[in-house]
Amino acid sequence: MSDSLILRVVTKWLVPVILLFALYVQFHGDYSPGGGFQAGVIFSSAFLLYALVYGVDATTRVLPEAILRIGASLGVLLFAGVGVVSLFKGGAFLNYSVLAGTPVAGQHLGIILIELGVGITVACVMLLLFYTFARTIPPQ
Amino acid sequence: MSLLLNTVLLVFLLVTAIAVMRVKVLLAMVMLFGLYSLLVSSLFVVLDAPDVAFTEAAVGTGISTVLMLVTLAAVRHGHSAPIKPGKRMLPLLLSLSMGSLVIFGIQDLPNFGDTQTPSYQQVARHYIDKGAEETGVPNLVTAVLASYRGFDTLGEVTVVLTAGIGVLLLLGRREKVHLKARRNNE
Repeated sequence: MSDSLILRVVTKWLVPVILLFALYVQFHGDYSPGGGFQAGVIFSSAFLLYALVYGVDATTRVLPEAILRIGASLGVLLFAGVGVVSLFKGGAFLNYSVLAGTPVAGQHLGIILIELGVGITVACVMLLLFYTFARTIPPQ
Repeated sequence: MSLLLNTVLLVFLLVTAIAVMRVKVLLAMVMLFGLYSLLVSSLFVVLDAPDVAFTEAAVGTGISTVLMLVTLAAVRHGHSAPIKPGKRMLPLLLSLSMGSLVIFGIQDLPNFGDTQTPSYQQVARHYIDKGAEETGVPNLVTAVLASYRGFDTLGEVTVVLTAGIGVLLLLGRREKVHLKARRNNE
């Protein structure tokens, strides 16, 4: 937690930019470097910055730990769910070609969905780790 | 040009590694580790692997530095582990033997950039020739990670989740940890 006015103001401006960049890396991963893992880490680093400047308690009010626990599992579920859906559609596990009308459209849909799952899980687990570690800091 | 860049980066890497070993203040050590990760990610950029560089910069410089800082704050009291003078030989021997094992293992690897190796001739060639056409994704790294090797990526994400669950199980109980810390302070 910091009392520096400059840090507080700059953080308020930076956090939305970092979040936007994370979303760009997430959904533009098919065309440029990046993808779910990187996007998840960048997304969580925005909240880390907020927690370092405004304190962990303020951050848990924005993003409670219960949501993170659900989100971490939800990402893996989404990833595996895409695989199961492709099983039911008559393909092999995680064969996205059967998901849509044409194989290429199916691949695209599948890749976007599983990258989203990766991003959600990574962002939630990174923040969970941070919250858990930060809680072990003994009070002053 | 890339030889010059590589040399400069590797020299800086070596200097940082030595500095990490010599520095006595843990906070400075954490910062130097962040610098080390940043240098490694620059090396990945020179090696034309922007995806890996991205990950290294975000995880190594960002997340792990913050996690280390939080850990340092958590173990403020009693993190010193003095090494007895006579016990220094065993770690040295251990790291030397591990290092020589790694160098011994490297001998069997194909030369860097050798296009005649099986891994470049068979499956990699298929990815490069047919990847964009089969998946419709211009970024080949994403195509391989998400589609061709989707099952591996599912395993990786499961590992991340498992690591998170493990940390939660070990450290996740708030009251106990604080009580213990308070008892130690008294």
